[in-house]
Amino acid sequence: MKYKSVFDIIGPVMIGPSSSHTAGAARIGRVARDLFGRQPKWARIHLYGSFAETYKGHGTDVAIIGGLLDYDTFDERIKTSFEEAERAGLTYKFIPETGNVDHPNTARIEMGDEESEMSLTGISIGGGTIEVTELNGFPLRLSGGHSALLVVHDDRAGCIANVANCLARYDINIGHMEVSRRERGQMALMVIEVDQRIDQDVLGEIALLPNITQVTKIAG
Amino acid sequence: MDVLFRNVRELVEIAEQEDKLISEIMLEQEELISGRTREEIMGQMDRNLTVMEEAVEKGLKGVRSFSGLTGGDAVLLQQYIDKGNTLAGDLLLDAVSKAVATNEVNAAMGTICATPTAGSAGVVPGTLFAVKNKLNPTREQMIRYLFTSGAFGYVVANNASISGAAGGCQAEVGSASAMAAAAIVEMAGGTAQQSAEAFSITLKNMLGLVCDPVAGLVEVPCVKRNAMGASNAVVAADMALAGVTSRIPTDEVIDAMFKIGQTMPTALKETAKGGLAATPTGKWLEAKIFGTAAAGYSN
Repeated sequence: MKYKSVFDIIGPVMIGPSSSHTAGAARIGRVARDLFGRQPKWARIHLYGSFAETYKGHGTDVAIIGGLLDYDTFDERIKTSFEEAERAGLTYKFIPETGNVDHPNTARIEMGDEESEMSLTGISIGGGTIEVTELNGFPLRLSGGHSALLVVHDDRAGCIANVANCLARYDINIGHMEVSRRERGQMALMVIEVDQRIDQDVLGEIALLPNITQVTKIAG
Repeated sequence: MDVLFRNVRELVEIAEQEDKLISEIMLEQEELISGRTREEIMGQMDRNLTVMEEAVEKGLKGVRSFSGLTGGDAVLLQQYIDKGNTLAGDLLLDAVSKAVATNEVNAAMGTICATPTAGSAGVVPGTLFAVKNKLNPTREQMIRYLFTSGAFGYVVANNASISGAAGGCQAEVGSASAMAAAAIVEMAGGTAQQSAEAFSITLKNMLGLVCDPVAGLVEVPCVKRNAMGASNAVVAADMALAGVTSRIPTDEVIDAMFKIGQTMPTALKETAKGGLAATPTGKWLEAKIFGTAAAGYSN
């Protein structure tokens, strides 16, 4: 079931006018920021399909920037997020694309600062619900509305077992898990959907495990 | 984790076998999948209800969108109702005006609760607050109205679509109106099966509805489609309560809606390239709002 909660249907509470183009866009931006781990200094946002055609009138642009500034879907500051971005030192560029994509509401965000860069592709599937389909070139399937853990790590023996053990100690059950890597021994990614909520202690503990580069949760 | 129901047939079966309201089954399912307590879940829906109330109040005072395309119609409708000589009847037009109020607030980038989407956010609250005046529900019953709507919307979202870009406006305002019709029936004391009938009758009559927003904005024709969706919902609820049934079962209606959406041309799915958006006036408005060249059109 793509939509798990009744609040995916009756909700989200949001700034209008479009759940997929405004609220979904804000959520894509916010997930990107979450995964980056901090506010980026710059962002290039490629818009596809209906996003590319109608983003101005739907506030898709201000919503994505709002998300990158960590605003929730109902944050009134979405309306003035361009000004807020300037104050926060975030520069951005929107690039409407004409290429074909699998889903009509697709945004690809490239972002970074002095330390690192990241890319993420998100789709807005309706009613404010989103899925992340790509991260740093790794294809993945992840809904923004449910508890999940993303762990970027070095491709070394024992990494996956260590993370799974840690979750087990906190009595957190893994519902779905994907692991992928660029090349043998290189950067790898674990995507772990869990049934329970993940608190900061768990994240802290995983971050300290050997060969772990970055840990992010996507709140449920 | 397993779910209690995947389609309307299963939903109605549980309601009948366990003698439960549809809202109750949705609540139990939410407890199951989220692991949260009933108090937390009811509390969150209570807050959503408050957002809806505030949006209706704001819209009835009068708002205007940045584009200038929409706003103020809810006020006109309330003034008309107050004159006491409506043709359609006060409750029906009250639902219409409150659906319009909500959607005008949405278009003006105000705060709303998506039901199931923002473009279709007017119908569920619009009908709820109009029917409220007639049925005098408790706060809990009003919250339950949203769970009943949600149960049907949940089936549509998982088996078809609630996105205009994917399925046309039938997937948004069509779904919203059918969800509202089902919820009105429960609030009015109808059976679970009657809720399903009301849902079917409504959605059947919104099949094929295209998503053709002028200038790509969720304003024209969306606000008025919410109005007409609300009236569809109220009438279908009355029909179901009168014992009228749908010859085509609900799940098959939902499936038909999905398939129509899949075969609908992209130009009519929220791209602003077809339908009303592609009319000379639609293109002219787009050029006026965004200052873009609309070659070949003048007005």
